[in-house]
Amino acid sequence: MNYHWNWGIFLEQVKGGDETYLNWLLTGFGWTVAVSLSAWVMALALGILLGVLRTVPSRALVAAATAWVELFRNIPLLVQMFLWFFVMPELLPADWGLWVKQEMPAKEFFTATICLGLFTSSRVAEQVRAGIQALPGGQLMAGLAMGLTLPQTYRHVLLPTALRMVVPPLTSEFMNVFKNSSVAFAIGVMELTFQAKQMQEDSEQGIETFLAVTLLYFICAFSANRVMAVIERRTRIPGTAADVAAQS
Amino acid sequence: MHGDFDFSVLVDSLPFLWTGLQFTLKLTAVAMLGGIALGTLLALARLSPIAPLARAASWYVNIMRSIPLVMVILWFFLVIPLITGKPMGAENSALVTFTLFEAAFYCEIMRAGIQSVSRGQVAAGYAMGFTYGQNMRLVILPQAFRNMLPVLLTQTIVLFQDTSLVYAIGAKDLLKAAEVAGKNYNRPVEMVIFAALIYFVMCYSLSFVVKRLQQRFAFKR
Repeated sequence: MNYHWNWGIFLEQVKGGDETYLNWLLTGFGWTVAVSLSAWVMALALGILLGVLRTVPSRALVAAATAWVELFRNIPLLVQMFLWFFVMPELLPADWGLWVKQEMPAKEFFTATICLGLFTSSRVAEQVRAGIQALPGGQLMAGLAMGLTLPQTYRHVLLPTALRMVVPPLTSEFMNVFKNSSVAFAIGVMELTFQAKQMQEDSEQGIETFLAVTLLYFICAFSANRVMAVIERRTRIPGTAADVAAQS
Repeated sequence: MHGDFDFSVLVDSLPFLWTGLQFTLKLTAVAMLGGIALGTLLALARLSPIAPLARAASWYVNIMRSIPLVMVILWFFLVIPLITGKPMGAENSALVTFTLFEAAFYCEIMRAGIQSVSRGQVAAGYAMGFTYGQNMRLVILPQAFRNMLPVLLTQTIVLFQDTSLVYAIGAKDLLKAAEVAGKNYNRPVEMVIFAALIYFVMCYSLSFVVKRLQQRFAFKR
């Protein structure tokens, strides 16, 4: 194995430009964080809504939410990226499609964010549904018996407990969002993986490139994990096994 | 191209798409079997009383699980030729990568499976005079597999979907075949829709099977 190491490569200028390779990677890091965080916000909002809809006493709503989850869970993320990027503009009215294809600002970013957000929403929905269904059935009945409406019961009785119970599984989903955002390279978002491929081809220092990018992904996943750990501690339900263990 | 979909090209391109699907299926099968075999060994290592072995296995699993698969695919595609001295080809590289990557995920499932076998069973095996190997092979692992079968299959569905990521190194799987056919017939949109449909039908049917299995095994312990 005769590989020519060059750790100074990051401070060198890219071929045919006045940026350094470090600039490329930091730009990529920025896009990765931007796509992941916006997709996560979207996934949380939609996922909670869909998770609730899967548990309400209405066959039509349950069926619709189930169809949504199955649709987004059973198609590979990369194929979904292509569907949103190449197919969706063709299905819009002609002048809208043309606008999306030619004029929409940051269209790769928005497409990737929407795609990743919807994909993740189906996974969040499953966790939220599981959380609601894990509650004792008496809670719903007690809420209704107190004269609360169904939405009020969800808002004030069921969700406050269910959402706090599903923080641990949501932690791994949050970390997955950062990992999954790497698929956005395929539609031309200039995120970390895109920059890694570009830098490797341009500098021919593949190992240094991939080590640096892998490290940046680690930082993302680790930060996501720490943020969720803080949330988990702050929202722990008093009196549960996890709370008692933490107190002692 | 609005309102002007032409799905007739699909019929002409079916043989070509089939070659792509064959690679997708081969990759899924190899990575599943290899991944479960290697993953089981990793799980045994993680649960072993030999501390360095357990630590090494848990490092391997945690590192694999915290890097995006696309990066792992690119890593192997780049690094294997540096070590072996000659390029390996996208397809072979994908087979190696997916087996090693999926092993980390199957390992965690098998570890949970082994831990789900009751202590009495383990003790009974040893009391019968079984060695560690015999006890694992004849008593613990069969039950662990059975308990974890739905989860192993669910992971395989995830694996099947993830194989589409070999796109990053240009291996010719179903998605790549659809893309090439789309270019050749100048019908890229129809081809992406068709590929999505194939993935959906296969994953949905498999997840339906998993659901049935779960119901069958649910209370039989």
